[in-house]
Amino acid sequence: MNDTVGIVIVSHSKDIAKGTADMVRQMVGSEVRVAFCGGNPDGQLGTNVALIIDAINDAWSPKGVAVLVDLGGAETNSEMAVEMLPPDRRDLVVVCNAPIVEGAVMAATEAAGGSSLEQVRAVAEELSAG
Amino acid sequence: MLETPKANGQDFTGSVRLIHAVGMHARPAVKLTKLAKKFKAHISIRAADAVEWINAKSVAKVMALRAARDSIIEIKASGEDAEAAVAALVDLVETDFPDSG
Repeated sequence: MNDTVGIVIVSHSKDIAKGTADMVRQMVGSEVRVAFCGGNPDGQLGTNVALIIDAINDAWSPKGVAVLVDLGGAETNSEMAVEMLPPDRRDLVVVCNAPIVEGAVMAATEAAGGSSLEQVRAVAEELSAG
Repeated sequence: MLETPKANGQDFTGSVRLIHAVGMHARPAVKLTKLAKKFKAHISIRAADAVEWINAKSVAKVMALRAARDSIIEIKASGEDAEAAVAALVDLVETDFPDSG
């Protein structure tokens, strides 16, 4: 089977997270699993570890999951979510150091070709390197 | 198509006019990269007259190409399916990046 790396988008804002996921689906296509979460359970701006874990499980692929985040807490909460995953999944999730929208589109484009998690991360992070 | 794919030593090359309304922006870049990745060949593209060839499988680099409408895109490929790769990419640009699954 042709598995592709899954993509998770974590923003403080649900609208940004959803909009970014929509861009990925429309620009790259539906062959890559994309999940998103944004805001805290009260509907305010923020990020939430439990929701991030749910999103990672939704986007799960045997090839792994690349997580794209926006600011501060999105990154630390995503790292905490990864720590709380079962050990067999923990090593197959990476939080990318990349801009959330551009990183998500480029990571998904790379993932669509069947690339490994490391390759997907490298492409997303190319944007930060230059 | 301005030129049919032709063998130049080990490389196959082609060139095609970019007719997309706003040039090589994000969506065409994603489509071109995804198609390029379906081939095993090493594939490079450049805007005509540019000095540097860029890897057609790198979406960041293809987006950064910033080729304008009506510019000529040159494509070259080497490897076992290079000829088919050049033909497919020329066709993609020539047909203005149609939507396909």
